[in-house]
This record gives sequence, C-alpha cells and structure tokens, in this order.
Amino acid sequence: MRTLVCVKRVPAPGSKINITADGLEVDTTNLGFTTSPHEECALEEAVQIHERMGGEVVVLTVGPAEAEEQLRYAASVGGTGFILVPTDGRSLDPQRTAAIITEAVQQAEADGGAFDLILFGNESADSGGYQVGVRVAHALGRPIVNGIKGIDVGDDTITARRAIDGGVEVYELPRPAVLGILEGINLPRYPTMKGRLASRKAAIDSVELDAAVGGLVKQQLHRPVERASQTVLLPTDPAAAAVAVVDLFEAFGVMGENS
Amino acid sequence: MSDFPSKANCVVIGAGIVGNCLVGHLADMGWTDIVLLDKGPLPNPGGSTGHASNFIFPVDHNKEIVDLTLESQRQYEALGMQNTCGGIEVARTPERMEEFKRRMTSATAWGITAQLLTTAEVKEKVPFINEDIILGGFYTPSVSVVDSLETGTIMRKKAQDAGVLQVFANTEVFDITTAPGKNKPKITGVVTDKGTIECDTVVIASGVWSPKLAAMAGATIPLTPAVHQMADVGPFDMLVETNMELAYPIVRDMDTFCYERQTAGSMEVGSYAHRPILHRVEEIPSNEEAALTPTEMPFTEEDFDQQMEEAIELMEFLGDGEIRYAINGLLSLTPDANPVLGPTTEVENLWSAAAVWIKEGPGVGKLVAEWMTNGYPHVTDPHGADINRFYPQQRNVHHIEARCDEHFNKTYGIVHPREQWASRRNVTQGPAKARTDALGAFYFEAGGWERPHWYESNADLVERYGVVAERTHEWDGRWWSPITDAELLHLRDNVGIVDLAPFQVFEVYGPGVVDYIEHMVVNKCDVPVGKSIYTPVLNESGGFRSDLTIMRIAEDRYRIVTGAFDGGRDEYWFRHNMPGDNSVMFENRTNATVTYGVWGPKAVAMLSTLTESDLSQEAFGYGQIQSHLLDGIPVDMFRISYIGDAGFEIYAEASQGLALWDALFAAGADFDLRPVGAGVYGTTGRLEKGYRLMGSELEDEYTPVEAGLARPKVKSVDFIGKAAYLAARDAEPVAQLCIVEYTDLTCADGYARYPMGAGNEPILSLDGERLVDAKGRVSRVNTAGSAPSVGKYLGMAYLPIEHCEVGTQLLAMYQYETYPVTVVATGGNLATFDPTDSRMKA
Repeated sequence: MRTLVCVKRVPAPGSKINITADGLEVDTTNLGFTTSPHEECALEEAVQIHERMGGEVVVLTVGPAEAEEQLRYAASVGGTGFILVPTDGRSLDPQRTAAIITEAVQQAEADGGAFDLILFGNESADSGGYQVGVRVAHALGRPIVNGIKGIDVGDDTITARRAIDGGVEVYELPRPAVLGILEGINLPRYPTMKGRLASRKAAIDSVELDAAVGGLVKQQLHRPVERASQTVLLPTDPAAAAVAVVDLFEAFGVMGENS
Repeated sequence: MSDFPSKANCVVIGAGIVGNCLVGHLADMGWTDIVLLDKGPLPNPGGSTGHASNFIFPVDHNKEIVDLTLESQRQYEALGMQNTCGGIEVARTPERMEEFKRRMTSATAWGITAQLLTTAEVKEKVPFINEDIILGGFYTPSVSVVDSLETGTIMRKKAQDAGVLQVFANTEVFDITTAPGKNKPKITGVVTDKGTIECDTVVIASGVWSPKLAAMAGATIPLTPAVHQMADVGPFDMLVETNMELAYPIVRDMDTFCYERQTAGSMEVGSYAHRPILHRVEEIPSNEEAALTPTEMPFTEEDFDQQMEEAIELMEFLGDGEIRYAINGLLSLTPDANPVLGPTTEVENLWSAAAVWIKEGPGVGKLVAEWMTNGYPHVTDPHGADINRFYPQQRNVHHIEARCDEHFNKTYGIVHPREQWASRRNVTQGPAKARTDALGAFYFEAGGWERPHWYESNADLVERYGVVAERTHEWDGRWWSPITDAELLHLRDNVGIVDLAPFQVFEVYGPGVVDYIEHMVVNKCDVPVGKSIYTPVLNESGGFRSDLTIMRIAEDRYRIVTGAFDGGRDEYWFRHNMPGDNSVMFENRTNATVTYGVWGPKAVAMLSTLTESDLSQEAFGYGQIQSHLLDGIPVDMFRISYIGDAGFEIYAEASQGLALWDALFAAGADFDLRPVGAGVYGTTGRLEKGYRLMGSELEDEYTPVEAGLARPKVKSVDFIGKAAYLAARDAEPVAQLCIVEYTDLTCADGYARYPMGAGNEPILSLDGERLVDAKGRVSRVNTAGSAPSVGKYLGMAYLPIEHCEVGTQLLAMYQYETYPVTVVATGGNLATFDPTDSRMKA
C-alpha cells in the first residue's frame, strides 16, 4: 500500500491573531508552527494503514523551507518518505497549489510507482479554501470524497465513510483514490523521543516546481472588531439566582406575555 | 468592575508565586488596603509560575539562597503544599563527584541531611537508571515538589479574607506614575485599563515582564526573559502503576544539565544544556496571542535533541514515551543569577521582587514584606540579592544579555568560588590599565572594574621568597597564583603599589552634613578636619549594612570610601537617608577619582622623593588625610592600611592617574617597588591583620560587638541602629569573630589542600558536630587563605562564645574532609601579624 499524505505548515496561534503590516499574512513573529489538524489525522490514518498493511507513507508539502519541520514531525510519527516543494514563503492560491501538487504527484509516481491512496485534510487550518484536494483529484482523474471519518482498504477498492445528520454515508471508491480527511477520524499519536531523534535522519526530497498563478487573489486580511463582552456573576443562592435570571430574561425581552 | 479602587496603600503587580506570597505576608505584618493586579487570569495568569517544574533542591553553596529556600520549604509545608520525594543528583564525571563533596560540605553547613550514594545505591532508589554511565549520586531526602499555584491562591485568599487585599485579574498596567520626592521621584499611582489607583507604594513582582513595568516609572530591573526547555514524556506503565504523583526521587543528571522528574504517569525532562535563548520583554506574546500561555513559548525541538539523547542514555525507557507537551518556558535571569529584590535605585517606594525561582518564592515574599515593613529583612541578609548591587553599566540589556548568555549553562555547572566572568570585561578600567597590562596583571572583576589580582611580572619573587609554588589539587590552585604570597612578602620587606581604582568614592557636603553623617553611622564623625573614621553602618536591627571609611575633608564635607562590591548598595542607602531639604548634597566621585595604595617599610621614604611635604609620622599621623603634591600632582593622602604596613591610600583626579602611576613607578626604581594585586589586598594581607570584609565577615546577622568592632564608648547623638547596638553591647555576646589557624592541611590522600573560605565550609567540634550559637547561627569559614608573613594558613569565622578562647581546637570542613584548626585570635584585635600595629604607625 503506497499512500501519499499532503500536509500544510500553518501557524499555531492563540485566540488573538495578528496580521502583518501589509495585511496579507498572519504575523508569525512569536508563533510556533504545526500541521493542519485535519492533515495530522490524515497522516495518522496513513500510518495506521501502513502498520496494518505495510508499504509506504509518503508525505508531501508545498511551503517555505521551514516546512521541513512538518515533514520531520511526520517522520517522527511514522512517515516513510518526504517531499518538500519549496516556495518563497508567501501563501499560494489554491489553484496554483493544486497544480504544483499534481505535478509533484506525477513525478513521484513516475519515480516510485502509483499511489494507491492520496489523503488531504478536509481544509487547511489557515486559509480554509476547501479546494486543493478536489482540484488535484480532478487533475489526476481520480475519485475524491471529502469529510471522511472512516476508511477501510480493500484489495481493489477503498471504502470511506462520512457522517451526515442522523447517519453515515458510505462510499466505495476504486483504487487509486483521493480522500479529504476530517479531524476526529482518529486520535493522532504524539512523537516519541526515539521517533523525534530518528526523524532527524529522514531523507527529504526537495523538488523545485511552480505553476501559474490562479484566479483567487487575496486582497486583504482583516480582523473583525472584537465584541467586548461583560460578565455578570449572578447570586449563587438559588432563590436569589432565580429572581436575577427572570430579571435578565425580562431585560432581554425573551419572557412570554403571561410571565 | 465598579469596585475598582481609586486609592490604595500598596499596589503589587503580578500574581505569581512571589506577588501572592508577598501580599499574604504584608497582610500578616499589618498592611491594609493592598491591591494585587495581574494582566492574566487567575489562578494561572500565564507567568513563569504557571509552567514551573515546582521542585526544590535545597542544597546550594550560597547561604542567602539556602536561607530563602529553607524558609520557602517551611511555608509550603505549613500550607500542606509540599510533597517530599527526595532527589538525587547523579554524576557522570569524576569532577562532578568532587563537586558532590562540596555539596556535602554545604549541606553540612546548612544542616541539611544529605548523603553520597554509590552507583548501586542510586540504582536501588531509581531502578530504571542506567548505572553503567554514572559514577555515583548526591542524595537529599528533603527534596520536594510543591504546588506553587495553589500556594499562591492560599496566600492571596488569606489576605483577602482578612479584608486587607483586593485582587484584580485581567487588568493591564499602562503606567506607573511618579512625582518629585525627597531625593528622587516617588510613586504616586498605577494606571490600568480598569482605572487609576493612587498609591504610595508599588511592588513589581512581575517576573519576566518586570523590566517593562519598571521602565514605566523610570526605574530599572535588570533581568532578561530566558528559555528553559522542558518536555513531558509518557505515559509509562511503570510510572502509571505506582499510582503516585512522585514514587521516585527526582533525578538531576548534573553533567548533562538535565533533570527527570516523575509527574504521575509521565516524566518531565527539563534542560539547562541547550544554547542560551534570551528574549526581550516585547517579544513575549500577550495572553490572547499566545497559543498556550505567554511564557510557554513554542518549543524549538532542534535545541532539545541532544538532551533527549542524553536522557534516553540515562533512562532508556524514556525513548518510547510520547512527547505530549513541550515548551520553551520563560524564566527570569539576572546578570549574576541572583534575584533582584528591594527598593529600586531610581524611584522612591518602588520595590522589586523579581527573578525568583519557585524554591525561593514564599521566602522572598516574606523577606520583601519584612523589608517594606521594618526597613530591613530577617529571613536573610539580602546583600547578594539587593537590586542596588548593580552599577549603571550593569543595568542595560547589553550587560544583562551577555552575562546571562554566559551563565545560563552554568545553572547545573560546577562553579568555582573565585570564578571570573569572561563576557563584558574591560568595560570599566582605571587610568593605569595600560601600565598594569604591561606588567602582566591577571585581572579579577571587582564591581564591574578590572582589578589586578596578581602580576606575572612578579613571578621572580616566588623563588626569591620560597613560597609554596604549586597547589597539588587543581581546584585549590584555580584562579590563584603563588605570586600573591610572594607579592605580600616583598611588600613587607620593601614597598608595593596597589591599584585601588575600583574604590567607590562619595562625597557628602552642605550645612547639614555633620548631623546627617552622624545619623548614618555608628562612630563619631564630628572630628577635626583631616581626621578619618572607620565605622560600621547598621540597619535598625543593629546588624551590619556596611562598613566603610569616612574622611572629614572640610568643615562641611566628608569623603566616604567603600568597596568595589558595595558601592551600589551604599550609595542607595546614603542617598535614601538624605534630609531632602538641600542641606546635604551627595556626589559620587568614583569615576572622577583614582586611588592607589602605597605600602611597605620603604613607602614613606619612596614617596618623600616625590614631595617637599613632611610625611613623617609626627607631621602626618596614622588615620589622617592631608593634601599634598606628588611630583606636582595634587593628591589627598590618607595614612591608613588594610594590609598592615606603613603607607597611604593616595587619591587623585582620574585624569592625572596615569601620570601619577608613572611618577610613583619612577620613584620606586630605587626602592624595588613592585605592583601588588588584590589577592594581597583582599585576602592575604587583610587576613594577617584580621580585617573584616563586608559580605564575608560583616552582614546583617552579626553586630559590631560580635565582629569585634565595638568601640569603648558610644556617641551621644542618635544614629540608625543605635537602640539595637546599645542592646547588643549590654548583652553577653553569644558569638565572636575569631581567627583560626589550619594546623594541618594534609588531606586523606596525603597532600595539602587549601580551603577557600567561600562561606559554606562549616567549623565543627572535635566530635564532628556543627557549631551553632545561641541565636541559631552556624559557624563557617568566611575567609580563608595563606598568611605568608606569619607562615600560617588562616581562616576567619564566628564561633559560639564557648569556643572562642585562643587555643581552642576545632575542625574545619573542606571538600567533605575535616582539618584541625586552632583559635589564634579573638575579639577586637584579630591580627596575627604585627598585632601592635607598630609597622603601620611607624
């Protein structure tokens, strides 16, 4: 089983996200970086499949040179092959990203054989475009389902499940297939100390690729004005609390006519 | 929110372990109307306390730190917040095993139970340790883990319940306001996002943010945020199955600068081995911006890889543990690694309680509260932690970052008592530096100054005087030269010059100066112009704040001279106590003045070739200060000696210091003048005369009576500490400063050892029992060194009164071995060399 997992280096911010002076990027001066959570789960899923079935877990990222950190993290939790397509650090539009990944996949498949399964995160944690996986699958002519929270690998098919209101949709896809994974499909493991140390020796293929700029142009990021909230502690004594709650309901105009 | 106060007596900024404990103690000491602010949420506002490892290893070589740590452990224990699990420091190198003997020595001095362990004994206590790579251990059963957040909450609540404290979390301080005060700006209030509080007193207990807050008021708190990396690794069945938070002793892997501490099912691995990672305050994210808390910064794993390898080497199972939490945790470092406590230098009633570890937090809270309440603390003498110890050139980021960069990796390092700094040297130099360089001076740093400790150009004297040329043990000979002994012997025969440029020279003057200076010091200062006074400076407690020399140089002007290490604290104290009505002015003349000491039996003859003045004892008696010309350079000459020979301290304008040095050397050619280093001035010469040194023999715990510095009479006018001083004179002293002679320095391996007198070497009875006086103070050697003029190796120590008699035989510990010592001098005159002072007064 040869699986490809596509991951993205994203900042790990607090609740307040600062924006750079030009208004085009998240200010990461004091931030650490991580892998998008959906993609962490995709990686975990791939590693578990690998543990069951053997084969390879190749991890691909398109990002700045520092994205090597995310590939080494992937190595520390069980990835076996690593491809970095370096960028100049600016975030790319999804069309361009998808074109680069498509080409990278084609090159990797030419070098090492076809991937039975390509996993994306459902969407990235920073830009959240929901497009890249679909565009890559389309370009490769392979089926894709997003929002996946369960995978079974058959001999020729992949069974994928996603939750819907009141039930589960089950898809059967021919191999090779592409899936967009949703956080919650598993609980990703943490790297062990041995895993971390071993990851330093992982070989990373750096592949220079680029593609035309796509149609989606980021104009400006802006942070919505924070709504100031005020906390009022109600009395803890039940009788007094009940009166206070009624007063509040009246103040909010949510009490019925008969109250 | 509507309750936000507009006035308070005292505002404490920072609700970490220090701020919380401080408000609790202030409440206990009767303070009312206190406000505690923090910009983060409670109970964990996001400072260093919140991510601390919370363990306490009580043994340290530094008495002040040990006092604070033991006091803190008592408080944690009393609150039920202490889990005593024991701790083992393990050695991978023979050098570390040697260090453990020094730790045993310190443990003995402080009365802390400790034990050297064989590798097998370590293995017995920590079955999962790799015994093949360690040589042994240093075990302290009283090592504990504390709950610093809960302790803080309890202390804070105690003050709230007493109705004297209001607490406001999520409150950001925008400004600390001041107005002109008596001698410098004074606190008027604190401006926050919730409103402005008028107040007289502010304490900054804000950890890594302290410098930023101090700057709001125009003050400095010299510390830098620095990273300490730690990772929580696990879970491990072996630890989970213990069903205990701490089933095993904490292990400090000293030679890799790492620790491994169980936290229930997992192990916390922390390191002081990674590259120093220093941040500026403005780089710390806000609570909202931080992914975790502001002081839990993103983990830079490449800095930790080597530590992980070494941890796995020591405890193999760790390799399979998942790294579930890993941070670049911020803590506060100062240029000398000690806390910064006390009243700030620049602003009246602005206090600093910063750069404090969890192990010292409650003790510091109590100490600062005592200091604020009484004007001096009881917990310990804080001279090593007093924020005023730093000079202006040591308070800026260049100095702070350079020194912290240098000492971070020494956190678990083996640090020699005489160890010298490598960074930020040659910043402050005397005018003759080029000449002393040419003479092969080996410099020690003294209060930031370069001070020659010995001169390689005197190497020929080693053979001439036949002094012990080598110390067998490398440790004893480190930062030491036999030239020091030879320089003293040569001075005793001829004449020597000591570069005293680092002397701290102040002048106080004005119509009110006599009343002022009399109020400041113990001994009578209203003496004729040209006379000098050597005097203790006391706290109200009656203990030493300082000792210094004062010269009356005019009816309305005194010169105050103090040591290179004491100038900052002394300047603070003298300025702080000025009347504030312009009747007394203060001027720091240190940088404008150079001082040379010229001493020896040929000193007067040599100096007489440079002047037409009569320098004879009859014309210029001992203790007098007179103005003369030396080779045409105006100087003030002060007939005094800290070395015990005839001669002078010579004060000149710094701009003429080089010319004066050259003139002295030219005149010295016929007298075999040699430069003499501070090794003689500060140790060997001083020790032969039994002169006390501030910070070694003199500290707040001891009175002038015990130090043998009480004069027969007490002046009639009032002075700071007088009541306590009178009481001490009336009481029977329970201890007395003594000189002991090491009568046999031979160690168990059959060669001579040379004790350091670093303050942690206890004196024991012949039965090997620690000597503790009736006030609970332990006898320890505060200074030790050779006394070549009398052919002895001497130490200075306070001994319980029953052991003070000359001839009493005791033991002194060094390197965890004991050496026989005999009391050879006690009381006021501790000189073993020329006890009648015939030479100085010749």
